[in-house]
Amino acid sequence: MSDYNFAYLDEQTKRMIRRAILKGLAVPGYQVPFASREMPMPYGWGTGGVQVSAATLTPEDTFKVIDQGADDTTNAVSIRKFFENTAGVATTEETEKATVIQTRHRIPEAELTEDQILVYQVPIPEPLRFLEPRETETRKMHALEEYGLMHVKLYEDISQHGAISTSYAHPVRVSGRYVMDPSPIPKFDNPKLEMDAIQLFGAGREQRIYAVPPHTKVVSLDFEDYPFEATKADHPCDLCGAEDSYLDELIMDDAGNRMFVCSDTDYCRSRRAAGHEGRLAKEDAA
Amino acid sequence: MTPLLSVQNIRKTYGTRIGCTDVSFDLYPGEVMGIVGESGSGKSTLLNCLAGHLEPDEGRVVFDTRTDGPVDTVTMSKPERRMLGRTDWAFVHQHARDGLRMTVSAGGNIGERLMAVGDRHYGDIRDKAIDWLGRVEIEANRVDDRPTAFSGGMQQRLQIARNLVTGPRLVFMDEPTGGLDVSVQARLLDLLRGLVREMGLSAIIVTHDLAVVRLLADRLMVMKDGHVVESGLTDQVLDDPQHAYTQLLVSSVLQV
Repeated sequence: MSDYNFAYLDEQTKRMIRRAILKGLAVPGYQVPFASREMPMPYGWGTGGVQVSAATLTPEDTFKVIDQGADDTTNAVSIRKFFENTAGVATTEETEKATVIQTRHRIPEAELTEDQILVYQVPIPEPLRFLEPRETETRKMHALEEYGLMHVKLYEDISQHGAISTSYAHPVRVSGRYVMDPSPIPKFDNPKLEMDAIQLFGAGREQRIYAVPPHTKVVSLDFEDYPFEATKADHPCDLCGAEDSYLDELIMDDAGNRMFVCSDTDYCRSRRAAGHEGRLAKEDAA
Repeated sequence: MTPLLSVQNIRKTYGTRIGCTDVSFDLYPGEVMGIVGESGSGKSTLLNCLAGHLEPDEGRVVFDTRTDGPVDTVTMSKPERRMLGRTDWAFVHQHARDGLRMTVSAGGNIGERLMAVGDRHYGDIRDKAIDWLGRVEIEANRVDDRPTAFSGGMQQRLQIARNLVTGPRLVFMDEPTGGLDVSVQARLLDLLRGLVREMGLSAIIVTHDLAVVRLLADRLMVMKDGHVVESGLTDQVLDDPQHAYTQLLVSSVLQV
């Protein structure tokens, strides 16, 4: 055992956060204010997600952290270590085995189930923020369902770029009521927001928690003549050959060679273990 | 005929100071009403009370809605009032920057009200935006420019287009020509007069410029220290002022 209280936060704080989570689940997409604590990491590194995870974890849970789909980047490694130290929970890199998954900017490729919780780190929870800087006004707009402005943003995209160019954090309408920022996930992941698992969103600096309960209708905003499209790089993964996963583009040299790999490292690893091979799989091994 | 807007004993005070008091009038469909007076006479306070931006302390502002007939907008629920504010009502600010979104293109500015009432077809919205740019004499190729790239007169015309695109029935204007040079003012007034007549709009225009009301307004109300001191047909009030203040106001205009 460590000298910390289980999962770092004290019990009163966790109760306060759980109340906010329950309220968020009861009003899908509504941003519930909560008294965000100082965490031993800088704002922008997932302080909101960490607090939600801390309030959600039980000693029996298996915890997984992903950062842009990867299990082995700085952010993911340090948060995983943080909970190994302070909560002593089991951790895993396998999506299927995890019960609580904290994520930054991706939804795992593997379909999540009813006994899993997905916790998002959110930098700016207010989808209207860059259109309307006043918090008093945005709250009013949410309360009165005045969402015309959100479409002004999409209109501007089309008039400038010929298509809805918002490629991440594409705004969604939850359960036919609140417009919500799904955190900066690529819009490829937007259709996956309707899932079996509970989704919790924590914004530490902005002190907001919101949630999408299982099986909730989540619609990506669009125009009738410019419908929403979940886009990805038009390639198969060069390591595992997957054609249905979101890809990262890596520049290999200065001769213009590039490779596309799954951004979800666990998905890619499990496919290769099952014998799937992509274009560069052999070279990579060598 | 039912008045489009019936104002009854509006009173608004700021602490012990009077903003405006005992204001009553009826505005009929298609009618343009001018409110003149010096700075601090309560014109803008009155306009903001009527448009729902300020809550009056006393009185009723009864608007003849399309669906439910005459309704008191002071006591109606906030969502309903805001809905009126973006459908049947329009508000033209003195400074175009107050009424425009400066970081959004001209087309987006015009389209905002359309999208706010549920228009979700990009092509239609854009066609309407271009059509309205034409009506306010802005070239169609400026549709993707931001208002920051427009001159003051163009910004004001863009603000008018943005407000009129949903076909409102009542337009509130707060010094629409303030801060523009005279030739631009003349064009703007000409444009406004055309639009008001063509669309059959009712309008309430607050100004201190008598030339504006002479051109646009059917009826005139003169305010001083929060009170209405004189009202009547525009030509009548301006040509034969009865109240001492109105006489002063009319005689202050420089005859060129």
